[in-house]
Amino acid sequence: MANHSPLAGRLITALAVLWLSVASPAYAIQPNEVLTDPALEARARDIGRELRCLVCQNQSIDDSDADLARDLRVLVRQRLTAGDNDRQVIDYVVSRYGDFVLLRPPVKPETWALWFGPALIGGGGLLAMALYFRRRSRASATEETSLSDADERRIARLLEDGRG
Amino acid sequence: MTAVAARGLMRRLPYLLPLALFVILAGYFWIGLGKDPHEIPSPLIDKPVAAFSLAALEGRERGFTSQDLIGQVSLVNVFGSWCVACRIEHPFLMQIRREGLVPIYGIDWREKDRQAGPLWLAQHGDPYALVGDDPDSHAAIAFGVTGAPETFIVDAKGIIRYKQVGPITAEVWEQTLWPIIRRLQAG
Repeated sequence: MANHSPLAGRLITALAVLWLSVASPAYAIQPNEVLTDPALEARARDIGRELRCLVCQNQSIDDSDADLARDLRVLVRQRLTAGDNDRQVIDYVVSRYGDFVLLRPPVKPETWALWFGPALIGGGGLLAMALYFRRRSRASATEETSLSDADERRIARLLEDGRG
Repeated sequence: MTAVAARGLMRRLPYLLPLALFVILAGYFWIGLGKDPHEIPSPLIDKPVAAFSLAALEGRERGFTSQDLIGQVSLVNVFGSWCVACRIEHPFLMQIRREGLVPIYGIDWREKDRQAGPLWLAQHGDPYALVGDDPDSHAAIAFGVTGAPETFIVDAKGIIRYKQVGPITAEVWEQTLWPIIRRLQAG
């Protein structure tokens, strides 16, 4: 077994990649929570991925094993079954827990700094760099033409001498 | 500022600006480090309590509904027999009850076993006017609860006025809760 052929090695790598790519992420959703209607369940999953588990904070309620996350998953499904649309379900949870429960913060005046700050700082940096280089190249360009008459005459004389 | 000094500052600006930005960001992060991430600002302050109705604990007649909160200033306390920090504040709740300062309503949250809540209250004393059993977080989610203990001050109209995250201590009571309650009771 010590000397695999290169082909066998490549085959094993390919299989490993294939295996990893078909493996699905582990959800904390229990079988008894899943709705019988696949369309509703799919919507519940979409909503669950957007909602933060308030106990562990860096997981969605779909990923979290916390009891409160389970109760929120059940609540989402109850409201969907009762006929709420996705927006209404999310608004219901936000009305109780605030924007913090959303894993993707909404764009509004309070969060403008968060959404546009990086672009603004990066853009400002690029602008400063562009200005800096333009000024430098212009400065060197004006230097070339700003030789005094005396200098011009000296250069002409030196060139003459060099030729002679 | 003289013209020369101003020009000197302008020339140094490209170097000072990153430093200024760093200081501002470091300030934000420094403040952020000192904050408790579990203290989430509640959007429910100054909003009416959402309607809920909890069943009675085993062996008791009455549960606890949102209607019970209308008519007087009250405390709503979320607890559980599994909650260690609840034990810390429990003697304090007993004292509030003894002194008759404000009625306390209890939400017995997420008991795995229906006996656990009544047993815990029998052991440690019952400071509550009414207690409801909330195994599936119905009332807890209505109050936007993220952990136990949490305590809410609800005014006579059933509007949430304050949210206390974590156990009530003498300090929290004296400096925060009691002044609010007294003001609401007077108003």
